[in-house]
Amino acid sequence: MSDIGALKDKVAVVGVGNTRYGNFPETDDYGLGADAFRNAVADCGIDKNEIDGLLVCRIPYYARMGEILGISPRWTIPLPPHGRMSSMGIIEAVAALNAGLCKYVALIYANIGRSRRVNYGGDESPNIWDPWGYTSPGAAHAMMFQRHMALYGTTTRQLAEVSVAFRRHACLNPDAVMKQPITIDDHENARPIVLPLRLLDYCLINDGAVCMILTTKERARDLKKPPVMISGIGAREAYAEGSLSNFERDFWYPQLQEIAGEVYGMAGVGPSDVDAFMCYDNFAPTVLFSLEGLGFCPKGESGRFVEGGTLQVGGKLPTNTDGGHLSNSYMQGWALNVEAVRQLRGECGERQVPDCEVVQFVAATPCSRSIIYTRG
Amino acid sequence: MTAYDKPLPKIDALTRPFWELARDHKLAVQVCQDCGDRHFPAGPVCPKCLSKDQAWEPVSGRGTLFSWVTYHRAYWNGFAKDLPYDVCLVELDEGPLFVSNLVGGADVAVGDRVEVVFEKITDEITLPKFKPAD
Repeated sequence: MSDIGALKDKVAVVGVGNTRYGNFPETDDYGLGADAFRNAVADCGIDKNEIDGLLVCRIPYYARMGEILGISPRWTIPLPPHGRMSSMGIIEAVAALNAGLCKYVALIYANIGRSRRVNYGGDESPNIWDPWGYTSPGAAHAMMFQRHMALYGTTTRQLAEVSVAFRRHACLNPDAVMKQPITIDDHENARPIVLPLRLLDYCLINDGAVCMILTTKERARDLKKPPVMISGIGAREAYAEGSLSNFERDFWYPQLQEIAGEVYGMAGVGPSDVDAFMCYDNFAPTVLFSLEGLGFCPKGESGRFVEGGTLQVGGKLPTNTDGGHLSNSYMQGWALNVEAVRQLRGECGERQVPDCEVVQFVAATPCSRSIIYTRG
Repeated sequence: MTAYDKPLPKIDALTRPFWELARDHKLAVQVCQDCGDRHFPAGPVCPKCLSKDQAWEPVSGRGTLFSWVTYHRAYWNGFAKDLPYDVCLVELDEGPLFVSNLVGGADVAVGDRVEVVFEKITDEITLPKFKPAD
């Protein structure tokens, strides 16, 4: 197959599940992964022994996960614990299902970073730039945002709109970790971490797990809930400044522009058709860069675009309606893909986007990906 | 004098020439002897043409401030006493991006001209840092 467009609407998400989110030292990655898997299996009503594909991310050992769940699939992929892996994994599962390598794939992600005191910097992630004190993914985003401010006049008060919108959504999401509303001034006065970024620009660090179950369009019809179709995918890496990790000198704009052409072309929709937007938000500036790269607003104008509640439910482009990584849960993209499915099913309660038909996920990272989901 | 307690570079066959030149107050990048591509950090092959014939050559030490940040959190205890400290990203005139520290404490802006200075931290290691250009 030479044309990825042929993958349009071939594979559906049929089951989703998540654990509680928080601090759970009494369990581990496998325990949380098993809970999420149980919930996803119950969500779609599948016999778990039918699952013959297993993709795990941030799980120490795939075979132990399979042993715990009592499944012996014929297709397995383990992925490293990087946030960029969620949509990469989903796209790999789409390709495997379409190729007939397996019939039902369970994708399981677990994170125990809160209870195990993960720092995301320093000696945990040695880098050539350590002698100068340059470390942590947040610093790369701070570096990019500083430049964005200088080039385009973007302000931290505009950046605050991202955090404020996602916190409001978290307050509407029973699963979310953060429950206190915040204001733009709260964002401006938050503890500085790596300026120009402050605490409320940073993702949470919490424990939890997520599971998605995917199958082909034909098989999806026999399961409990209406399938959610994967209608568009787009992908582009940016490795030119790999050692700076989480950095792209032009805000991932070139890669996202390529992705926009692919994902919208394949799905047959454009940015104005997107009813809800799920945007990888390891740090608040990523959201601004994503909006520009995909063409929701012109380059350099994301600050003005988000002013006045654009990203809030009820606004022009409801974004990260579960609260995202900033306020719901640090599930490294996986929970946002689950939220996309729930929005299209109409399961989101107070945060439901009315008449939701098209939901787009994007992760602007050194491995940028976008997925467009539609109702089956 | 207390022992130096910040992270030190890992020196191996690939990076040793860079640190030897830095000790002599020369900032160097790797230059492909086949196609002339200049790159940093060092690699075993040229990222443009895959040639293994790579050499270190001093650069002008001048560049433009691409961006900078200010750390208010110490990820290593050795940096705690420096908080808040600046980390800059310099686009060298010869092309590569280089992470370093700003010294001099002056107000800076993206696009400012900067030049390298050298700070000896141990007998073996001298760190290239940057200050606003004269």
